[in-house]
Amino acid sequence: MSTEILGTIIIFLFTMMLAYPLGKYMAKVFNGEKTLTDFMNPLERLIFRISGINPKESMNWKQFLKAMLTINMLWLVYAFFMLLFQDKLPLNPDGNPGQTPDLAFNTAISFLVNCNLQHYSGESGLTYLTQLIVITFLQFVSAATGIAALVALFNGLKEKTTNNLGNFWNYLVKSTTRILLPLSIVVAAILAFNGTPTSYDGKDSIVTLQGDSVQVSRGPAAGMIAIKQLGTNGGGWFGVNSAHPLENPNYFTNAVETIAILLIPIALVFALGFYIHRRKLAKVIFAVMTFLFVIFCTINIYYETKGNPAIDKLGVAQNMGSMEGKEVRLGAAATAFWSVATTSTSNGSVNGMHDSLTPVSGGVVILDMMINALYGGVGVGLLNYFIFIIIAVFISGLMVGRTPEFMGHKVEAREVKIAALITLLSAFLIKGFTALAAYMVIHHPEIGWAVKPSAWLNNPSYHGFSEMLYEYTSSNANNGSGFEGLGDNNIFWNVSTGIVLLLGRFLPIIAPLAIMGLLANKKFIPESPGTLRTDSYTFGVMTLVIIIIITALSYLPALGLGPIAEYFSIY
Amino acid sequence: MKQRKRSIKLFDPALTGTAIQQSFIKLNPALMIKNPVMFTVEIGTAVMLVVSAWQAVTGDTTQGALWYNITIFAILFITVLFANFAEALAEARGKAQAESLRKTREDTPAKKITATGNGFSKETTVVASSTLKLGDHFVCEAGDIIPMDGEIVKGIATIDESAITGESAPVIREAGGDKSSVTGGTKILSDRIIVKVTTAPGESFLDKMIALVEGASRQKTPNEIALTILLAAFTLIFIIVCVTLKPFADYANTPITIAAFISLFVCLIPTTIGGLLSAIGIAGMDRALRANVIAKSGKAVETAGDIDVLLLDKTGTITIGNRKATNFYPANGVSNKEFIRISALSSMSDDTPEGKSIIELAKSNIEKSDTSKVILFSEDLSGARFIKFTAETRSSGVTMANGTRIRKGAFDAIRNMTVKAGNTVPAETEEKVKLIAGNGGTPLVVAVDDEIKGVIELQDIIKPGIQERFERLRKMGVKTVMVTGDNPLTAKYIANVAGVDDFIAEAKPEDKMNYIRQEQSSGKLVAMMGDGTNDAPALAQADVGVSMNSGTQAAKEAGNMIDLDNDPTKLIEVVEIGKQLLITRGTLTTFSIANDVAKYFAIVPALFIASIPALQSLNIMNLKSPESAILSAVIFNAIIIPMLIPLALKGVAYKPIGASALLRRNLLIYGLGGIIAPFIGIKLIDMLLGVFM
Amino acid sequence: MKKNVLISLKLTLVMIILCAVLYPLLIAGIGKVTPGGGKGETLSVNGKVVGYERVGQKFTEDKYFRGRPSAVDYNAAGSAGSNKGPSNPEYLKIVQDRIDSFLVHNPGIKKEEIPADLVTASGSGLDPDISPASAYVQVKRVAAIRKLQENKVRTLVDEHIETSLLGGPSLVNVLKLNIGLDKMSEL
Repeated sequence: MSTEILGTIIIFLFTMMLAYPLGKYMAKVFNGEKTLTDFMNPLERLIFRISGINPKESMNWKQFLKAMLTINMLWLVYAFFMLLFQDKLPLNPDGNPGQTPDLAFNTAISFLVNCNLQHYSGESGLTYLTQLIVITFLQFVSAATGIAALVALFNGLKEKTTNNLGNFWNYLVKSTTRILLPLSIVVAAILAFNGTPTSYDGKDSIVTLQGDSVQVSRGPAAGMIAIKQLGTNGGGWFGVNSAHPLENPNYFTNAVETIAILLIPIALVFALGFYIHRRKLAKVIFAVMTFLFVIFCTINIYYETKGNPAIDKLGVAQNMGSMEGKEVRLGAAATAFWSVATTSTSNGSVNGMHDSLTPVSGGVVILDMMINALYGGVGVGLLNYFIFIIIAVFISGLMVGRTPEFMGHKVEAREVKIAALITLLSAFLIKGFTALAAYMVIHHPEIGWAVKPSAWLNNPSYHGFSEMLYEYTSSNANNGSGFEGLGDNNIFWNVSTGIVLLLGRFLPIIAPLAIMGLLANKKFIPESPGTLRTDSYTFGVMTLVIIIIITALSYLPALGLGPIAEYFSIY
Repeated sequence: MKQRKRSIKLFDPALTGTAIQQSFIKLNPALMIKNPVMFTVEIGTAVMLVVSAWQAVTGDTTQGALWYNITIFAILFITVLFANFAEALAEARGKAQAESLRKTREDTPAKKITATGNGFSKETTVVASSTLKLGDHFVCEAGDIIPMDGEIVKGIATIDESAITGESAPVIREAGGDKSSVTGGTKILSDRIIVKVTTAPGESFLDKMIALVEGASRQKTPNEIALTILLAAFTLIFIIVCVTLKPFADYANTPITIAAFISLFVCLIPTTIGGLLSAIGIAGMDRALRANVIAKSGKAVETAGDIDVLLLDKTGTITIGNRKATNFYPANGVSNKEFIRISALSSMSDDTPEGKSIIELAKSNIEKSDTSKVILFSEDLSGARFIKFTAETRSSGVTMANGTRIRKGAFDAIRNMTVKAGNTVPAETEEKVKLIAGNGGTPLVVAVDDEIKGVIELQDIIKPGIQERFERLRKMGVKTVMVTGDNPLTAKYIANVAGVDDFIAEAKPEDKMNYIRQEQSSGKLVAMMGDGTNDAPALAQADVGVSMNSGTQAAKEAGNMIDLDNDPTKLIEVVEIGKQLLITRGTLTTFSIANDVAKYFAIVPALFIASIPALQSLNIMNLKSPESAILSAVIFNAIIIPMLIPLALKGVAYKPIGASALLRRNLLIYGLGGIIAPFIGIKLIDMLLGVFM
Repeated sequence: MKKNVLISLKLTLVMIILCAVLYPLLIAGIGKVTPGGGKGETLSVNGKVVGYERVGQKFTEDKYFRGRPSAVDYNAAGSAGSNKGPSNPEYLKIVQDRIDSFLVHNPGIKKEEIPADLVTASGSGLDPDISPASAYVQVKRVAAIRKLQENKVRTLVDEHIETSLLGGPSLVNVLKLNIGLDKMSEL
C-alpha cells in the first residue's frame, strides 16, 4: 500500500518537472519567439493562407470573443448533424445507430465545450467516423479554444494599457500545432506500444478459455485517448473510459495518462509567469492551487485505501482498499489520485467508477468541480481562478484601505459586477437544476420520458442525491465525469445538462475576458509601497480563503444532504 | 491624529432618541430598497408577520408553534431596526456636528448695502442673513458676526475664527490677495470690511456637507457601489441556497417550516455589513468634519485614501513659519559682543521675521553672557537713519547719527560693496558663508563702513515631529513632495532633514501643476493643499485638492475639500480618514461573511436532524434543540449589528505597516475572528435560551 | 461578421483534416509496428486465440481461478461498472451473497481470508487481473478439483505475479494463470 502512495507522489513530482519547461515553451510559442517546433511554420502558414487569416491582426476583447463564438457556433451545428446522421455515413463497422436529437444535442454541446459528458456508451453510441471527425476533432479545437482565450487574458495582463488581446485564430491554430498535436502524438505512441488499439478493425469475436463466445470492442482508440487527457476533455473511447483495460492497459500507462491530465493545466500556470514576466505571481497561484490539490489528494487516497467501512462490516479482508469500481492493476491509491486530478482539471476521464467512491472522496471530487479552478481545464482553469482573484482583490483592497487594484488597474463596480455574476452563475446552475431534478424525482416520478424519474437513480437516499448533484456540478464545470449510475440518457438530462454545459462554458470565458478588456483599457497605476502585491503569499492566502468561503457558503447544504450525510450514516 | 475639538459621545441620549425615531421612519420600503440586503430582511419580516397572523387566526400548526413564529418575526423586525438605527445614528451624529457649525450663522443680522443709482451708496439696511443672495455686498464692523461666506472687496480686519476652527488666535483678512475670504459665523474683532457674498444661500460648503451626511443628497461612492453589488450577489447566492433547499428537503423527506427557511436566509445574507454599510460611509464624512475638514463629496474622502503623492508647501507645513537667526559668526578681530551689537543695530528697523529673529537671538545671547545689554539697548538711536531693504541694493541697515554705516545683506551684495570700497573679504567669513549655504541655511553678512564684520546664520526650523509623520506616510505608500521657493541646494538640505521624498525648488505656481500632471500621467493620484488664487488650477488638477478656509474663493471652488483649520498637515489626517473608511467596510464585510460558517453549523443540522439523525454530528456546538439553535443564530445575527455600531462609527484603525502585513492582520482579526466569534456567541445564547425553553 | 464566418468555415475544414484525418492515420501507422499491431494483444492456446491479454473474461467453473465480479458479466462490447454507492443496502446484499457463495465453493476458507477485490465489481467489468491474495485464496479449491498438489499450484501463482514500476500493485492476470493451469493439468 505504501508503495502505491509513493507511486502517486512520483507521478505528481514528475508532472511538475515536465510542466515547468512546457510552460516556458508555451510562453515562447505565444510570444512568437524561436522554439524547437518552428518546423511547423510552413504548415501554419498554409493553414492561415487557406483560411484567409492574418495572424498578426490585433483584436480587442469584443472582436476576440466574436471570432471565438462564431467558430464555436459553427462547430456546434456541424457536430449535431453529424451525430444525428452517423448511421448513414461510412466507417461504421459495428453498425451503430444514429443518435436521437436530444442525445445529439447533448453530445455535440458536451464535446464542443470541452466537457465530454457522455450520455451514451462509446462502444455503441458512436461510429468510428464520428469518433474521429466529431469527437477527436472537437477534443483538439475545444482545448485550443480554451488556451487561446487564456492567452488573450495573458496579453491583457502583460501590457500596461492596451486594447489588443491578440489574434484568436493565430492562438487557436498554434495551440493545436505547437502544443496539442505534438504532445498527443507522444502520448498516443506510448499507449499504442502498451497495447491500446489503433486499428480500424471492428469488433472481434472470440471463444474464451472456458468456452464462452464474446465480442470484444476495439478501434483506433489510442489517438483519441491521448488528446482526451491532454486537452482536459475526458471523453473515453470505451464506455468506462480509462478504467477499460484497453484504454489504460497497465500501471505505467496510468501514470502517463495521469501526467497527461495535469500537464497542460499546470504548465499554463507557469506559462503565465513567463509570458507576463511575473514568475512570482505564477508561483503564488501555483502554490494556492497545489495546496488545495494536495489536501484533496491526501483525503481521497486516505479514504480509498482505507476501504469502505460497510464492506469491513461484512468481514472480508479489505487490504487493497475500496475496490468496488476500481481495477486491480491500478489500485486504490492511483485511482484516488486520478479522481482528484480529473476533477481539478475539468478533465472528466475516470479510471475507476466515481459513483462507487467512499462518501468523503465522492464529496471531495464534487467539491473539486465546484471550485473548478485548481489548475482547471486547459485555459479556462486560470480564467476561473482569475474571477476568484478579482473578488479577492476587491475585498482585500478594501481591507488595506486602498481602492482595489490588480496588476496596476483599478477594480471597480463594473468588474466586480461581472465577477459576482459568474460566481453566482455556478451556484445557480448547479443548485437550481439539481433542485429541479430532485423535484421531478419526488413529485413526478412516473413521467413518460425514456427513463422515468423514478428510475433515474442507481442508488437510494443520500447517494442518489449525490448522483444528481454530481451530474450538474460536472456539467457546470465542463468536467464530464459522472456518478454514472444515473440514468441520464433521456430528454430531461440531455437538454438540461446541455443548457448548463453551454452556459457553464461560454459565460466563464466571456466574463474574464470582458473584465480583462475593461481593466486593460484603464490607466496603468504603478505599484507603490501602499499597493497590495497580488504576487505575495499573503494575497495567495486571501484568494484561498475566498475560494473556500464562496464554495462552502454556496454548496454546504447540498453537500450536507449528499456525501456528508452518507458519510455519517456509514462511519 | 490630533485631539478632536468637538467630540460627541457615541450614544449621546438626544441623538439616540432621534436615531430610534428615524429607525422606524426608515422602515418605509421605498427607502429600504436602496439597501438590497436589508430590504430582503424586511420582506422576510413581513412574511413572518403574515405567517404568524395566519396561524393566530386559523390555529394551523404545520408551521411550528405560534410563539416560535412570533419570536422569529420579532427578532427579524429588530434586526431591521438595528440596521436602520446604525444608519440613523451616524446621520444624527453627522448632522449634529454640522448643525453646531450652522447654528452660528443662522439668522445673523446682515448689514446689506443697497444699491442706489449707479453705484453702491453707503446706505445699509439690516436684513436677516438668510435673505442674502449671491453677489450681494454687506458691511461688517468690529463686534459683528459675519452673516455669510464671502470675499472681502474692501478693507482689512482681524477676525476670530474660533467658532469654525477652534483656534483662538485671531487672523487677519484683507481685500485682494490670498487671504480675502471670510466664513459665515466668524466674528470681526477690529476694523471694517465690505464683503461680497460668494455663495447662494443653502449652497455654501457647509450646507453641502450637511446635505451629504443627512443622506438626502448622499451619493454612493464608487467603492460603495461595487461593494453593494458584491453583497447583492452574495444575497442572491443565498436566495438560491434557500430556494433550492425546498426540493432538496422534499427529496430527503424533511418538512422545513417557513420560519426555518427565512431564518436560514436572514442569517446567511451579509446583514452585518449590509446593516452598517451606510453608517460607515456617513461616519467617514463625520470623521472628516470632526477633523475640521469639509469634504465636497464622499468620493473625495475615499480618494484621499488612495493618494500616492502628497504635495506640501515647505513654509508652514514642514518648517515653522520663516527662517530664524541661529548663530553669529564674527570675522577675525571682531569680538563676539561687538558683532552681536552691530547685528542687532542693523536689524533695529527690520520688521521682517528674519530681522526680528536676529534681535531675539541677540537678546538671548547677551542675557546669557553678561551685563553688556545695557550697552546694546540703551544706545542712543536718535538721529540714526534706517535704510530699508530694496531689491536693488539687496541690503538694509542703519546709518548712525555719527555717520557710521552699518549694512546687512546677502553675501554678494555686501561683498560688492566692500570690494568697491577697496577692502578685502575676510577668508574665514567667506568660508563660513559657504558652509551655512551648504547646510541649507541663509547667510547674512554684516558690514560696518564697508568693512565686513561677520556673518549671521539664518536657518529654517523644521517642525518638531514632522519626520515621524513623513515616515508614517512613507509606510502608507505615500510619496511626499516639498514645494519651496528656495534654491535647490537649500531645498535639498531641508528635504533631507525633514525626510520628504522629493522637492520642487524655486517653485513657480505652474511648476506645481506640471508636477501633478506628470505624476498623474504615470497613473498616480496626487493630493495637494493650497490657498492662493494661483493655486486654483493645481488644486483642480489634483485628485484631492484641499484648500484652506482662509484661501481665496477661487481656491476653495477648485479644491474638493476645505480645511477649516488652515493646517497644512491636515492632508495626512485626511489620507488616514480615507483609508479608515475603506478598511472599515472591508473588514466588516469579511467579518460578516465569515460569520456564516458558524451559522451553517447551527442551522443546517437543526433543519435536518429529525429526518437525518446522522447530521447530528454536524451540530458541533452541541446546541440544545433545533428551535433553540435557529433562534440562537437569528438572535446572534441581530445583536451583532448594534455591537458593531461603535466600530462602524469610529472606524477600524489604520496601521501603516505595509499592505501585506495589514491584510494579514485584518484577515486574522476579522476573518478568523469572524469565524470564531459566532460559534461562541451562538453557543452562549443557546445556553441562555436553555434556561427559558 | 461575414469575415468571421468565412474564416470559421475554412479553418474548420483544415483542422478536421489535420486533427481527425492525418493525426489518427499517423497514430494508426505507429500502431502497426507495436506488438499487437494496433489490434490489441491476444493469447492463444495451441494456435487458437482464447482471448485478449488485457481484456478480462468470465470464469465460472471451479476448476479455473475466478476473476473479479463484473457488472456486465464480462461483456467486452459494453464495458461498465456497477456504479453502486458504498452505502447502498442493495449493493451490500449483493456483496454478502458473493461472500456466501465463495465460502460454499471454497470450503475451509474463513471469511476474513477473502480479499475484497474478489467480491467487489471492477470499474470496467473487464478487469483482467486479481490481487495475488485473491489467487492464493483459490489455490486450495483449484488444486482439490484438479487433483494437483497445492504447493505446485501455489508456485504457479507465484510465477504469475506481476509487479510494475513506480509502485503499482502486484497482480495476477487471470487468463494467463488459467492457461498455465490448463498446461499444468495436461502434464
